[in-house]
Amino acid sequence: MEWPYPVEWDRTTELSADVLVLGGGIAGCWAAIAAARHGADVVLVEKGATIRSGAGGSGCDHWESAATNPCSRITPEELTDAIVRSQGGYCNGISHYIECREGYDRLLDLEKMGGKIRDIDDEFRGADFRDEETKLLFAYDYLNRFTLRVWGTTFKPALHEECKRLGVRILDRTMATSLLSETRRSEAGRGSQGRGRLGGQTDGQPESRVVGATAVHARTGEFFVLGAKATILCMSRPSRLWLFSPELPGVSEFRPPQCNGDGHAMAWRAGAEFTMMEKSVQAEWSGTRSFPPYATGNTHNTWYACSMVDAEGREIPWADRDGNMVSAVSERYRPAPGQKLYLKGGCEPDLPSYEFQGPDILPVDELLAQGYKLPLYADLPSMPEHERRVIWGLMVGEEGKTKVPILQRYSAAGFDPDEDLLQSYGEGWRSAAFRPPERQLFGYPGGLMNDWRLRTNLEGLYAAGDQLFASNCHGHAATTGHYAGRHAANYARSAVSSKRDDGQIEAERSRIYSLVEGGSVLDWKEMNAAIAEVMQEHCGDTKSEELLDDGLTKLRELARHQATGLRVRNPHELVRSLEVLNVLTNAELVVHACLARRASAKHLHFMRSDFPGLDPPEWHKFVTVRLENETVVEGEMPLDYYGSLPEGYEANNEAYVGRESS
Amino acid sequence: MTSKKAYAIVDTAPAEPLSFDADLCIGCNACVDVCQVDIMIPNPKVGLPPIVLYPGECWYDGSCVDACPEPGAISLNSQAKDRVLFKRKHTGEDFYT
Repeated sequence: MEWPYPVEWDRTTELSADVLVLGGGIAGCWAAIAAARHGADVVLVEKGATIRSGAGGSGCDHWESAATNPCSRITPEELTDAIVRSQGGYCNGISHYIECREGYDRLLDLEKMGGKIRDIDDEFRGADFRDEETKLLFAYDYLNRFTLRVWGTTFKPALHEECKRLGVRILDRTMATSLLSETRRSEAGRGSQGRGRLGGQTDGQPESRVVGATAVHARTGEFFVLGAKATILCMSRPSRLWLFSPELPGVSEFRPPQCNGDGHAMAWRAGAEFTMMEKSVQAEWSGTRSFPPYATGNTHNTWYACSMVDAEGREIPWADRDGNMVSAVSERYRPAPGQKLYLKGGCEPDLPSYEFQGPDILPVDELLAQGYKLPLYADLPSMPEHERRVIWGLMVGEEGKTKVPILQRYSAAGFDPDEDLLQSYGEGWRSAAFRPPERQLFGYPGGLMNDWRLRTNLEGLYAAGDQLFASNCHGHAATTGHYAGRHAANYARSAVSSKRDDGQIEAERSRIYSLVEGGSVLDWKEMNAAIAEVMQEHCGDTKSEELLDDGLTKLRELARHQATGLRVRNPHELVRSLEVLNVLTNAELVVHACLARRASAKHLHFMRSDFPGLDPPEWHKFVTVRLENETVVEGEMPLDYYGSLPEGYEANNEAYVGRESS
Repeated sequence: MTSKKAYAIVDTAPAEPLSFDADLCIGCNACVDVCQVDIMIPNPKVGLPPIVLYPGECWYDGSCVDACPEPGAISLNSQAKDRVLFKRKHTGEDFYT
């Protein structure tokens, strides 16, 4: 069959903008909106279709850490401090403070755009989790009320419309492939914006300024040269590194398969500085094995705090952090006696943390010891009516990927939340048991290092959402997107125009279209499966210099296939092939980061058999890596490099604090 | 730069993520346009359901079903391995999603 779209391998379109946003998910849309509202001419590049694309495009059931909402009893400072300490300090204080301080501003913004953030239809009037005056609904901790239940299926189309209304030029079905940069020698002692250079950079070295990007159209194969004064990376985080199913990849993946970390790969190649990329956790979701997220009975996130029963119908006991039984359902939504707050959902610590641990059912081994019988089932029928209907109908329904594949499909199969028990297939919020070497970038993983303006170490290059280190959820993506958008727009206002580097553009054009000419039979999926095998074998749960070095050798051998090309029969397959080369680059980035931390670290889930001592004090710091002239440069930053949160924020956001915030 | 032609060849996959009811489908391609993974192409015969070119790449988010203006024209299937057991509480009877 002929390709249904015009084939334009030989066509180049050149565009220029004040602000170029790469990635049109939650962070990218918010970045484009903020930049446009600040007067910038904006181009937004999205590989899918902006109206629903990205991990949060199909929905969002709860918006975390909106600590400035009128019902919150926790301040942004208290909440950020809790989040950072729950991660042992290995966390992005700047981005999470932004999340805590501006989340409610963004929700109010969304409401003006047509997003539904409160119970205007009075569906839950009188519920324990509803504030009757504002009609806001809360999740998890009903006492402190800093996380909101929302109707997130309404969000992405509203953001898309707002982008269009503001005149953002949206390039859908377009994959950004590389950053364009100009290099100049920095003046000695010259201070750059914000708090100056980040971890690995020193005075007198060449200083790169990012001046745009190249891209390729996923349907026509057309090439784009996009010049910009400021560029914002909003392209999710790496995936498909340790786990990849070439046969049935999609259904149980937490994030879309094409959100594979293109932005990390191009930033690495351009010399941007990363931190915490050595952190990976034992896998939690993957199409290789687990059930789809939120599709089975459990007590976490979307399903918090659903009652459970065992195989004989016995109710499963809940306990607080002290092991005291929590008998009433309503008590599951309150901190323990003497506890200020607990962290649940996307900010739940993945290591036990007494200070922030909320109520939960007893661990399975303890239940078995007490005579309870597997399997367990979620017992929606026994839940109070408001709780039952908010889990099944609002949370399952409004969360991404739950409306059609779970709510509608299960209902069509006869599942009735008033009558039926839903089987549980794993412990905690997981629905499968993975082996330790099967890993993922999950739970505050690594990413780009940022300053107080969400700028990277490269002038003109900003980052938001999952591209930042220690990112987590929808609210974090939205708030950091907006924040990066307005700072990039401010920078663009005073930035001088750049000179275009034709050599760089031609080299990238050649890299892309040589894949089309190659004629190889090696499919991108075959290559991805090979990368995953190398990563499990050489960069699994226990690492050592020899293992990692051998892993790099194997990854480089795979990279040699690039010379002979991958099987590309149309622009769609070209994009998939470029993606898998980015997966390969990201695998190398992770291995380099693992080599750079020569100590084991509990909170990074990082074990080196050649450095088995856990958390030596001299390694209690961020280790950074970046590329310079094809050489890896290691650096370091103190864990509290960002200083006082309110002071750093207010010094860099005077106009916002004065005019825009709620 | 290349002048190479491009071809659409239906990929094989062990699971078929989408089904179409040709009587209900109006061939508007709203599903093609919304799919972020871009697994479908418009049918060369105008008015007919799209062709699922890359079924193995489906993320199963259901945006295509949500965007369809003709209810029932497109359905999202469950993979056999993902069917979950539920039990009627008072009778103990088992069902699958």
